[in-house]
Parts: sequence; C-alpha cells; structure tokens
Amino acid sequence: MNCWQGQPGRRGDRRGPVRWLGLGLNSRFRLGSELEIPIAQAIARAGQEPSFAQSPAQPPAQSLALSVDITKRLPDFTLQVSFTADQRPLALLGASGAGKSLILRCIAGLERPNAGRIVLNGRVLFDSAQGIDLPSRDRNIGLLFQNYALFPHLTLPENIAFGLPRGLSPAQRRQAVAEQLAAMQLEGLGDRYPAALSGGQQQRVALARALARQPEVLLLDEPFSALDSHLRHQIERDLHLRLGQFPGIALLVTHDIEEAYRLCEHLLIIDRGRTSAWDHKQAVLANPKTLSAARLTGCKNISRAVTVGPSQLRAIDWNCTLQTAAPIPACLTHVGMRAHQFGFLEALSPDQSLPNRFPCWLTSWSETPHRMTLYLKLHGPPTHGQDYQVQVEVFKEKWTVLRSLPLPWSLVFPPERLMALGEDVLEMDISSTGQSLAAIHQLS
Amino acid sequence: MKGLFLTAVLNFPLDLSPLWISLRIAAIATLFSAILGTAAAYGLERYRGPGRSLLDSLLLAPLVLPPTVLGFVLLLLLGKQRPLGKLLDLVGLNPVFTVYAAILTATVVSLPLMYKTVRGSLAQIDGNLEQAARTLGAGELRLLGRITLPLALPGLVAGTTLAFARALGEFGATLMLAGNIPGQTQTLPMAIYFAVEAGDFGEAAIWTGVILAIAWVDSPG
Repeated sequence: MNCWQGQPGRRGDRRGPVRWLGLGLNSRFRLGSELEIPIAQAIARAGQEPSFAQSPAQPPAQSLALSVDITKRLPDFTLQVSFTADQRPLALLGASGAGKSLILRCIAGLERPNAGRIVLNGRVLFDSAQGIDLPSRDRNIGLLFQNYALFPHLTLPENIAFGLPRGLSPAQRRQAVAEQLAAMQLEGLGDRYPAALSGGQQQRVALARALARQPEVLLLDEPFSALDSHLRHQIERDLHLRLGQFPGIALLVTHDIEEAYRLCEHLLIIDRGRTSAWDHKQAVLANPKTLSAARLTGCKNISRAVTVGPSQLRAIDWNCTLQTAAPIPACLTHVGMRAHQFGFLEALSPDQSLPNRFPCWLTSWSETPHRMTLYLKLHGPPTHGQDYQVQVEVFKEKWTVLRSLPLPWSLVFPPERLMALGEDVLEMDISSTGQSLAAIHQLS
Repeated sequence: MKGLFLTAVLNFPLDLSPLWISLRIAAIATLFSAILGTAAAYGLERYRGPGRSLLDSLLLAPLVLPPTVLGFVLLLLLGKQRPLGKLLDLVGLNPVFTVYAAILTATVVSLPLMYKTVRGSLAQIDGNLEQAARTLGAGELRLLGRITLPLALPGLVAGTTLAFARALGEFGATLMLAGNIPGQTQTLPMAIYFAVEAGDFGEAAIWTGVILAIAWVDSPG
C-alpha cells in the first residue's frame, strides 16, 4: 500500500465482498486527478452490502474471477500479495527472485502458502483459515512451465492427451488431440518425441497440453526465456493471438516490461514479495508511483528528491529544482524521468520563462539500430567518461541535428512527464480513507 | 591346463544342482530387492523429515559391511537359541540352514545396489515433469506409473542387473546362515569353494566358467 492508492482486497479485510465479486481494476471511481479508490474496498470497510447496479464497470454476470491473497515466508523475505484477475490478461512483473513464479506455483497448488485464500470463479482452492487446500490435480489450472516440462518419454500426441479427462473413449481422445494439434499448427509432426522439436514447437505443444483439458486459468511462467531472441517475436505474436482466444483467465510472469506490455492489459509489479503497483498498463507506465515500479518499468533516470513547494521539488542527484504539473504527494522521496521523454531546445529560445530547462553537456553516447542513447551532464562540462547525470534516448534524425549544435545543449524536463515516486510500502492513513468513503457516498 | 580340462570332461555328468539353486535364489532375491529397493528409493527421495540420512546409511550398510558380519548379525537374530529364532522355530518357519536363508542373505546384500541405483535415477528426474503431471490432473498412482517409473527405467534396469549379479555371487553371509547342503543350499560360489577345498580343480573351473557366462549375459550395457 502506498500513499496514492488503496488496492482492492488488501490483507486484513479478507471478509470483504471483494473476494467473490471478482472486481476488475476498472471498478475504481476516479475522484479528481490523483485520488483513486477501489470501490469494493471502500464498501468493505464501511461494512455495507454492495450495490453494484450503479457501478459503471459492473462485470457481466458470467464474469471470471481469480482472487489471490496469500502470504508465504521465504528465507530472504515474505511473499505477501493480494490481487484479483479477470478475463483480461494480467502480467506479474518483477526482477528475478521477486517471488513472481512462486505466486503461480501457489495458485497451481504446487506450493503451499503459509496463510491466505485463493478463490477461482467462486470455488475455494485454498483457504488457510478453513483448512482447504485442493490438490493440484483438482484445481483445473493450466501451467506453462518455463522449460515447458514436456514428458520426454511420451510422443507429441501422448503429451497432449495426458491431461485429457479419464472418461473419454479412444476416438474422443484422438479427436481432442487432433483439435489441439490443428489449433497450434502442429499437424504433420506425427509421433515425434519432444527432443526432436524446436523450442517454438515445444512451447506450442506445452500450451496445447495445458489447454487440452480446458483449464479455467492459464498460468504462463516466463514463456519466452527458453527461446532464442530471433524466435521470440513470432512466437510472442502467436501466443498473443492464442491468449486472445483463450476463454479463461491468463496470468503471465515476466521480468520484461515490453513483453508484459504487449501481451497483457494489466500489470502487477512485485518487488521482494510485495505489490509495488497494480493497475492498467498505461496507468502504471505513466505514473508508477513507487521507486521499484519505476525501475521495473524501465525508468532510466531516477533522482532523490525533496519537496520545496506545492508543485516544485528539488532533485538532489540532478542538482536542480523542477516544476511538476501535478501537486506533489506527501510521501515523495524520488523523482523519475523516462529516457525518451526529454525535450531539447535546438535553438536558444527567447522565452526564458519556460520551466525545467537546463544546460547540458554530452559525456558519451551509445548507438542502437534506430536510436541513440546520450549520457548527459547537467550544469557544467563532464570531467571524465562516467561523469553523467541523465540518459536520454533520441531518434537518429534528432541526433544528426543535435550533433551539429554547439555545447551546451538545452535540455528540458517536461513538467507533465516528471514522475513523483515514493518508497514502497506506506500505509494509507485513516483520514484519507474516511474522505474517500465520503466521496463515494456523494457519488452514489 | 590340459589335465584340468581332461578331469572336468571325465567327471562330466556332474550334479548341476548348484546352478539351478543359484539361479533360483538369485532370481527370487532380485525380485524382492527390486520391489523393496524401488519402494525405499521412492520413499526416501520424497521423505523430508528427520532420520533421512540415518535410513539412507542403514539401507546402504550391507554394501559396506563384510558379508561375514552380515551373516553373523543375521545368525544372532535368527539363531535357534535366540528369541526371534525360537519364535520362528515354534511355528516351523525358522529359515536357518534352508534355502530361505540363502534367499534372505542374497536379498539383503543386493538391496543396497538396487536402492542406490534407482534413487540416483529418481533424483535426476526434472521435478517440473511431476508437477506438470499434477497440474494436468494426474493422481499419485498415475504419476508413478506413467511418469516417474518410466523416466527412472534406465536406473531400474541397471539396478536389477547389479542386484542379480550380487545375489548370484553371495557367499559369506549365505555360508554362515544357510550352510553348504548339496542339493539344498549349495550355490555356485559354494560349489567352487568346496571343490577347491577338496582339490577338485576341474569342477571348480567348470562352475567358474558358468558364472563368467552368466555375468557376461547379465552385465549392463
């Protein structure tokens, strides 16, 4: 919990209706510019029965919902997450060792949380309080393993048929396998063994095997990590199409923000076992709110910061004072700026009132096929090759213009692009919850 | 050498019972070892509680102890003057100096080889495969029959081969517990030892040839 948002289904209000209502993230009322409150949580806190008739984002009656609220103690940290997922794919994004895969394994029943509750479409899979812990085989959850875990001693059709329900006749089994093979474009591979398949084919077999038993949830654990980079693009597009056709809930674990962004609508960012952001992907990217979320979403420029005015902060590492477009939240500790969102003033502007512009010197640069990454020193020329404060990405066209200009250049931090960041876990204080509740009552 | 073979041929129709007794004892003991060793390997590979390494060393003890020590320990347990031996004697089931004693000792000495080999091959199975089978709806029995045992098959085969060879060659513990009763407990190693002791090198040579032939057929790979 951080000081900007209350997240639905946080621990402690476990008896609230959020568990079984399966609310999507869109069921938050937007109040003003920054204040977002999940309605379910607010209602749960108020102890009232929910009335969702007025809810602008009421899910359809047959909606899918997976709610996870678990605690698991690990040697280094405690995994403690709480989220819900619906039919829109959700990406669990985090650095390696953050606990993402463990969450999938807890949902699949391969690991046992120390406490908590997992409910899938109204069915309790795990509940430590009631002593419920369904075995993996009864959960009806498809898990695509990182290394695909194909059975090496079974042929491709045998692998796919493994998960089919027991009661089917041999003809029905053949039919079901044939359907999966066709859907995954695996016909013509015959009775080969997994070792004779390419990485991409193995992934499709594993996916076909998981989907053959029509799981309610599909869990994808770093599905591209075992593939060569040149194969990834096509395979990722295939997977994207298949996720679109999948009628259940899909969760993707990845450490790659671009992969998560392309494949999923919502992002849940995990940092050392805790949720550091959970929202629609665009919202997370535009305003990651926490330091770890900013880092994990690829923010290259982060400086320590202190508030100096209602919309003015001092960036300590950049040694400058910056104007922000939005009011600065109380828990500010850092400020972030994405590398491609800087502006340059090519000609010296006569408009001296333009905020957040500083002279900068080029320390070094590195080249990618279409872009240049420039390492810049603010306020004065660099003294050595590592002496830079910000890194800026520009297209090659811009670079050809820039390099003809004399130093220093004029670098602009657009106020609306500055991201105010806080340290991670900060409890929301009671007074702000009260205000939010009052606001919700006014709305309804 | 010439004389040796001549004696052997002259002796020829000789009593073949040590061969049949040995094969029967080794086959039955291997069957017991295969079942018990695989079960122990499977159990201990999964068991995470206390006493895990103690059980492991107990199962491997017959491999590192001299066979005569095993024979002595078994005699202490089953001897006709011992509590357990007396009890078995009462119901007429005391195996000492019968073929059952030979089966028992052959099982005890071959069990560690089966156990160790199967456990090694179980440990090499990618744990994800078993977990994948579980998420695909497999119960523990189906998991064992369709995934775990087939994947451990090379280890099962190697373990069985080693166990059979060891059971066939068992001498020390068997001599102490089952004795050397021709036609009943006299196995091939027994026959070789007592042929040599009696100065009948020809017979010893024939049995040695027989054991070499069996070992060649049985050798893994």
